Amino acid sequence: MEPWINAGVALGKLLILANIVLINVAYLVYWERKLSAWAQSRVGPNRVGPAGLLQPFADVLKLVLKEDIVPTQAYKPIHTLAPFLALFVAFTSFAVIPIGPDITIADSAWQAIFGDSFSFAIIPSINPGILYILALTSIGVYAITMSGWSSGSKYSLLGGVRSSAQMISYEISMGFSIAGVVLLAQSLSPQAIIESQSGWMWNIFVQPIGFITFVTAAFAETNRLPFDLPEAEPELVGGYHTEYSSMKFGSFFLAEYANMTTASALIVLLYLGGWQVPYIEKLGLSETLTVIIQVAAFFLKVAALLFFFIWVRWSIPRFRYDQLMSIGWKVMFPLALINLVWVAVIAMIFN
Amino acid sequence: MAVKKRMKDFTLMERIYIPVIAKGLSITLQNMFRKPYTLMYPEEKFIPTGEYRGRPVLVMEEDGSERCVACGLCARVCPPLAIQLQASETEREKERYPISFEINMLRCIFCGLCEEVCPEEAIVMSKDYEVAFESRQDAIFGLDRLLTPIEELRDRIEFVRANK
Repeated sequence: MEPWINAGVALGKLLILANIVLINVAYLVYWERKLSAWAQSRVGPNRVGPAGLLQPFADVLKLVLKEDIVPTQAYKPIHTLAPFLALFVAFTSFAVIPIGPDITIADSAWQAIFGDSFSFAIIPSINPGILYILALTSIGVYAITMSGWSSGSKYSLLGGVRSSAQMISYEISMGFSIAGVVLLAQSLSPQAIIESQSGWMWNIFVQPIGFITFVTAAFAETNRLPFDLPEAEPELVGGYHTEYSSMKFGSFFLAEYANMTTASALIVLLYLGGWQVPYIEKLGLSETLTVIIQVAAFFLKVAALLFFFIWVRWSIPRFRYDQLMSIGWKVMFPLALINLVWVAVIAMIFN
Repeated sequence: MAVKKRMKDFTLMERIYIPVIAKGLSITLQNMFRKPYTLMYPEEKFIPTGEYRGRPVLVMEEDGSERCVACGLCARVCPPLAIQLQASETEREKERYPISFEINMLRCIFCGLCEEVCPEEAIVMSKDYEVAFESRQDAIFGLDRLLTPIEELRDRIEFVRANK
């Protein structure tokens, strides 16, 4: 296969997937507002377009048209770089997540373009894909810390510092939860991890404790509500993005929701069987239909998790800072360790 | 008032967090299926009862004349001095009538004292709550905008009588 064809295919996949993620992010904001309204017996956005469906575009238009202000006390290069970094991290970690099974191609005409098999991930050849995601999500904290430091504002700085402290406490339990999954799948490749969860052997049933610790850590990583201390509006004005306006603020906003999508996809990949639909091969459907159902199942699972993210945000109040730390170190970390031991025992018995 | 609980008073179930969180989640989920109370305002309007104190208006009798006798009590009692009127004499039985009656709606505080003090039930609070203007001049309501047919004000007048 020619390298430029390879690049073209990757670029095409990138275009499609990036657009899916972007539109998804736009409508995620809409759903966030809608669900929060319903949870509070309100109606939510319903004026722009039918049932308010054009609201996200109106929001973006408003953000783009606003004046971009950089405070005099800010360190401009980093102040400008931080939102881009946040967006970059949020979108690039999606590159290795396979949204469907690998397809073996028999047709020679297609073989010329795609090679022997077609993968739904943008970069299918990265074997330790999980490590790649972990590495990237860890960079995400730099965006927040940098924006907090460079803004030249106390509130922003506090938000940035909180974010880094939070990330350190939760990255560990996250890492150990993933270690459990990797131990069971005996591979770091996302596709292999999904394939190891065939049938009902989803990791959520095999290692429920790991699921809980990972989901909690994912909430902390994405700075979603029970753990949104870096932006804590009542305490820190707006936290790290206090001094941002216009599309730079919009970037942080987008990055938060893109992060949410990535985290949901990651949870689906690691614990909910990825694109697997249990016992679908027994139905005797054609191969194309099976793949379509599996891809749809992946998106459905991600959507369900995104609903869960929003639902939790409007139900649970924010943790206090010391509570956050004590839960991270005294509860989540030991639980993740217990989970690891539990998985090791299972692996020993059944192998 | 809710009873204050300390960390050590929590039961095991509360300490595990997850059952408590599930309880909270179920409450918001139930709420999501409840019908909202929202009125779709510009299309769907709130119609108040007689108790409502909206924009003060002057009562217009069935024959089209104003009920006001221009005694000036309302202007006297008005706390923010929003009412200004000029009296004149007439051949009719009531002898006096206002040739001009102005309420500055930028000043009006909707207290309803003018209505309370009026001996003739000539100035009452209407149900009109959509009081918006484009200029300061526009905010001064003269007789043309104040006079309202008595049929529209029946339930307010009844309410005022019942509570005198």
